[in-house]
Amino acid sequence: MRYALLINERPGAYVGLSADERAAITAEYIALRHDERVFAGRRLEPADTATTVRAAGGELLLTDGPFADTKEIFGGFYLVEADNLDVAVELAARIPAVRMGGSVEIRPLAEY
Amino acid sequence: MLDQVFRDEWPRVLASLTGFLGDIDLAEEAAQEAFAVAAERWGRDGPPASPRAWLVVTGRNRAIDRLRRDRVLAEKTRLLDQGRSAEVTADETSIPDERLELVFLCCHPALAPEAQVALTLRSLGGLSTSEIARAFLVSDETMKRRLSRARNKIRAAAIPFAVPRADLLPARLSAVLSVLYLIFNQGYGDGRPDLAAEAIRLGRLLTDLLPDQPEVPALLALMLLHDSRRASRTRDGELVPLPEQDRRAWDTAQIGQGRALLDRATALGARGPYAVQAAIAALQTEPEIDWPAVAALYGRLRDLVGSPVVELNRAVAIAETDGPAAALATVDALDLDHYRYFHSTRAELLRRLGDVAAARAAYRKALDLATTDPERRFLRRRLTEL
Repeated sequence: MRYALLINERPGAYVGLSADERAAITAEYIALRHDERVFAGRRLEPADTATTVRAAGGELLLTDGPFADTKEIFGGFYLVEADNLDVAVELAARIPAVRMGGSVEIRPLAEY
Repeated sequence: MLDQVFRDEWPRVLASLTGFLGDIDLAEEAAQEAFAVAAERWGRDGPPASPRAWLVVTGRNRAIDRLRRDRVLAEKTRLLDQGRSAEVTADETSIPDERLELVFLCCHPALAPEAQVALTLRSLGGLSTSEIARAFLVSDETMKRRLSRARNKIRAAAIPFAVPRADLLPARLSAVLSVLYLIFNQGYGDGRPDLAAEAIRLGRLLTDLLPDQPEVPALLALMLLHDSRRASRTRDGELVPLPEQDRRAWDTAQIGQGRALLDRATALGARGPYAVQAAIAALQTEPEIDWPAVAALYGRLRDLVGSPVVELNRAVAIAETDGPAAALATVDALDLDHYRYFHSTRAELLRRLGDVAAARAAYRKALDLATTDPERRFLRRRLTEL
């Protein structure tokens, strides 16, 4: 089974952390990326760099910022290969965002 | 007779088919077909020597035939073909008991609580979709959708058909126990003894399957002790409070079983909320209730679960040990204005203190919030007696 682990971060989760603490968290993300079950993963640039595209009355409409204002901000993802949901949950639980007030949504990848 | 066999065998057959087919949806269909064939054939020719093996083999063969016809699942069919010849001769001993795997599948925390409850009643209790719908006051259509959504998620998200690893077992088991307790309370609170009985049946099953887990017999003890007083909880359609219940109507054999299970749970090291509640329920079936012990146990339960409702119950015990004034002080410190038993408890205490006007106001509030007729009748009678 292949799953996407969609990482939502709490805004301001990194505020007040020292450079060392930030580096330790980044190292955790990199270590997860190197787990043999993780076959892809990316961190996104902050939400204030986002551009949202919509169609309105036959024209493209661009807005500055993410799709929706939410309490959590989509910050990156891993794609993983796991035997079942329990294994995917174990991997998701190791993502630092979980203990930093964010969340991880696990979604099975559709198979064609 | 056949109905009883079907009910007993359903969870085992379904579990076995789920394990074999790797899909609870297919397993459910296959099991239904096998039971339908059995109903027809056994009624005519009598049951086979080994009913369970017969049902499992028939279910497997039906599923394989179905898969063969279904080209989308052709790959699975090839997989299943390899094992077929051996299964036809399967007997009881060659079929592993996979009910525990089924329990943990149905009560997986990735499923919504109401889906866990419905799936448990359907898969392990063998209740029909309509029976479950009636028990939870939703339409057949809603319940059907709820079940098929749950089965679909199990397949799409690959929720495992497995007993969790030892380090994950306590947390997962506690999810299973809350599903059983929810089913029990639905039956007990709303006067559906069939659901309470079903929860007890599942509790017994789990006690057999997990004999070393202390919280399982603790929950079973709690359910048995509460259920033993069922016949005396209402009289002429009116709720009867514990001190006024007719003790001759209590099921003493069941009380004995409950106590024995509580002893076993305690010996295994059960110290959780179910064990404490079972201990309270056991004390409440004594000829002379040891109220200081009841109050102390409620204190422990409050520390375990941190709920103001527990504190409300502790106040009832305090009324017996320290008098209604001390109990009222405890009750009035609670923020439970929306809760019907808060007002009925206050009303009882005020009545005992002789404050008729305040008692009347509290009974009226309780009456406004009451959800069942037996409760309303009891409160109305109290109001007229003031």
